[in-house]
Amino acid sequence: MNFFWRMGMLLAGMLTVVIVLWVITGPSWTDLSWVMPDNTVSTFGPTLDNLWLIILWVTGIIFVVTEITLLVFMVKYRHKEGRKAEYIHGSNNAEIVWTTVTFVIVMALAFYSKGLWDEIRDPNLIPADAYQIQMLASQFEWNATYAGADGLFDTADDFISRNVLHIPVDRPVVVQLMAQDVIHSFFLPEFRVKQDAVPGMITPVWFEATRIGEFTLACAELCGLGHYTMSGTVIVHSQADFQDWLAQQQAAAEDD
Amino acid sequence: MSTTTATETHAGTAEHHELSFVRKYIFSTDHKMIAKQFLFAGLMFLALGGLLAVMIRWQLGFPGRPLPVFIQWIFPDTMAPGGIILPEFYNSLVTMHATFMVFFALMPLMAGVFGNLLIPLQIGAEDMAFPRINMASFWIMPVAGFIMLASFFVEGGAAGAGWTSYAPLSTSGEWTGVYMGQILWLISLIVLGFSSILGALNYVTTVMNMRAPGMTWFRIPLATWSIFVTAWLLLLAIPILTGGLILLLADQTLGTAFFRPEGSGEPLLWQHIFWFFGHPEVYILILPAMGFVSEVIANRSRKPIFGYHSMVIAMVSIGFLGWVVWGHHMFQSGMNPLLGMTFVVTTVVIAVPSAIKTFNWMGTLWRGNIHFDTPLLHAVAFVALFIIGGLSGIFMASAPVDIYIHDTYFIVAHLHYVLVGGSLFGIFAGITYWYPKMFGRMMNEGLGKVHFTLSFLFYNMAFFPMHNLGVQGMMRRIYDPNQYEYLQGLQPLSTFISISIFLFATTQILFAFNFLWSLRAGKVAGNNPWKSCTLLWTTPSPPPHGNFPEMPIVYRGPYEYSHPDREEDYWPQDEPPETSEAGGQLAAAPSPEPVPGD
Repeated sequence: MNFFWRMGMLLAGMLTVVIVLWVITGPSWTDLSWVMPDNTVSTFGPTLDNLWLIILWVTGIIFVVTEITLLVFMVKYRHKEGRKAEYIHGSNNAEIVWTTVTFVIVMALAFYSKGLWDEIRDPNLIPADAYQIQMLASQFEWNATYAGADGLFDTADDFISRNVLHIPVDRPVVVQLMAQDVIHSFFLPEFRVKQDAVPGMITPVWFEATRIGEFTLACAELCGLGHYTMSGTVIVHSQADFQDWLAQQQAAAEDD
Repeated sequence: MSTTTATETHAGTAEHHELSFVRKYIFSTDHKMIAKQFLFAGLMFLALGGLLAVMIRWQLGFPGRPLPVFIQWIFPDTMAPGGIILPEFYNSLVTMHATFMVFFALMPLMAGVFGNLLIPLQIGAEDMAFPRINMASFWIMPVAGFIMLASFFVEGGAAGAGWTSYAPLSTSGEWTGVYMGQILWLISLIVLGFSSILGALNYVTTVMNMRAPGMTWFRIPLATWSIFVTAWLLLLAIPILTGGLILLLADQTLGTAFFRPEGSGEPLLWQHIFWFFGHPEVYILILPAMGFVSEVIANRSRKPIFGYHSMVIAMVSIGFLGWVVWGHHMFQSGMNPLLGMTFVVTTVVIAVPSAIKTFNWMGTLWRGNIHFDTPLLHAVAFVALFIIGGLSGIFMASAPVDIYIHDTYFIVAHLHYVLVGGSLFGIFAGITYWYPKMFGRMMNEGLGKVHFTLSFLFYNMAFFPMHNLGVQGMMRRIYDPNQYEYLQGLQPLSTFISISIFLFATTQILFAFNFLWSLRAGKVAGNNPWKSCTLLWTTPSPPPHGNFPEMPIVYRGPYEYSHPDREEDYWPQDEPPETSEAGGQLAAAPSPEPVPGD
């Protein structure tokens, strides 16, 4: 009993420290969520969140079972006077079981991931009718180039939107990522999109918004001293509003 | 068989003449003294890296708040005017924290200290194969460290492109404002590489050629096995890094364009080179800890290690697999996405040897007789935290999930669970366990337990919630996350983490105190305070020059604890079998019978 009392007191002491610091600093309990935030606005977002949840369950169960087992062993097999440890060198059967089980679980997760990876990243599966935008990242801003009325880039009616990416809802969009100086990373947390923009390369990244609204555009790759300021906005319009916005910008561009 | 060490050299031990102070303590060729030199240097760099971490967490916990009074006086206006850390200094802090921790603290503390200390003593050799090369391997390190430290004081400050130094950010001061600092960073790591290569050369050669009679491959203690595998990784990986660093240095200084897109260089080539080195490097930083933990758990449970052969095979597999997984650092880099699945599969396969090791440690504890000494506590903490670090790795191994968590605090949490929860707790286990052999005295047990308990608590308080920051989408290496509206609500949690880090760092003073105080005041240890079976513990503490009074002969595996036929609960590797009548005959014919566990 003595042992359990001491361990109990120790745990209680530890818990007190955590609670005291928690109350002083004042985070919210919801900050400790392990489930993906319920804010996704892209077509593949829910699938990705679901895959996250599956991995969370699998690893969560393994975590709980192994840590509890470890704890039980520590308590149960703690040193007692006069007891001798058992002289065991191992068990081939046990090795075979946990090798096989681990292998099967991780392989299943790997191949289950394949479908979504292909959907998001396979260059052959990018929707053909997607709306094209060019995005040039530079220290420390995002320059989105739209093709204008002729639908062609590098023509006179192209126009640039700085740090604000306008896109239509319910239509696939391909952003052709480029970087002017160093590597930046195009991160849209709500869209579950992240792709590095590398100087000297053009990297396509596609997604389709499912909701109208304003969302975050962030830089996720250290790109210099202003890296932390390299934020922007994604504005998702209804398709009609998007056409209006395009027309307005084209008119403004032609006036220049 | 490895019976190359001639018996005559051992007989000659008594003739070792007294060495001068300089030869004994400074330019020593004795592997044990070199281990101690690595230990003191490594711990100092560990403290420095820790202080840099505290600075980082100050900025993240209290963004825009001036540093506390005494500390702010240390920093000039180019770093922290009025005590407020500048963004460019923050980038240097992030870069240098990782650089010092990885290259100057963890690597020397694992391979440098324990490679030198354990290999000759555990395999029954009088010293390393190349004692002078060994001395050079140590003395290169402070030189490299001095260059790295100097970079804080040059114009533009220390390197600020991250420890990964992604090109083109790292190729020109134009992008970072850091010119000389980045060049010194490169030179320092190129120089340091020679230290690792020379050390590794020695470890490999010694293990392969200088084992005592009877010390077959599968009688080698797991700590030596782990360093042997690590040494191969060092020997093969460090030259790749050095090559890459030289190319990057040429881009910086000679105007070449290996990695700069102007002149058709390839920024991604740097990442391939870096991570082709970098992933084996991750295992360089964790494998030795696995070895230490195996020793400690078997010894303190008084049980043979569960699945000795699987443990060895798992380590060798991890060593091999480390070479084919580097692309998982690059899922979002713009690397051809069709390569993605290849790296997903190779990466998850690493879960298999990792799981084998974890279950075998648990199997060793099972039905053991566990002594709760400080080394055991650190070793079990290693297992508990390595489970977390391993499982969180599965999230990022899944390439589509990695899209979201790549470059977020989820990664920061994962890598600190492996490198602090894993490596650092492994080092604590190693130091507390082998301290008596190194210095002849025990560390204070009560102080050790307090240090362990507080470290374990504050460590988890600091790093566990980082997973949650990552789930909320907080990017790493961000000077002030409050720039982003969606991250502003997480500031209280960041403050909680920062204070926990400060507490964790403060707790380490206990360790430093215990370490230094026990040098003089610790209980005298005797030869074998842990009642261990390995050859290391048959020597006096600390062992004399030449280690073994006479050539040891090995009769059995290293973990023969609690043998049912024996009174004592351990059976030293060099104790002749009881059935034999004349020890002299055995010495003449060192082919002992195989025993269980061999």
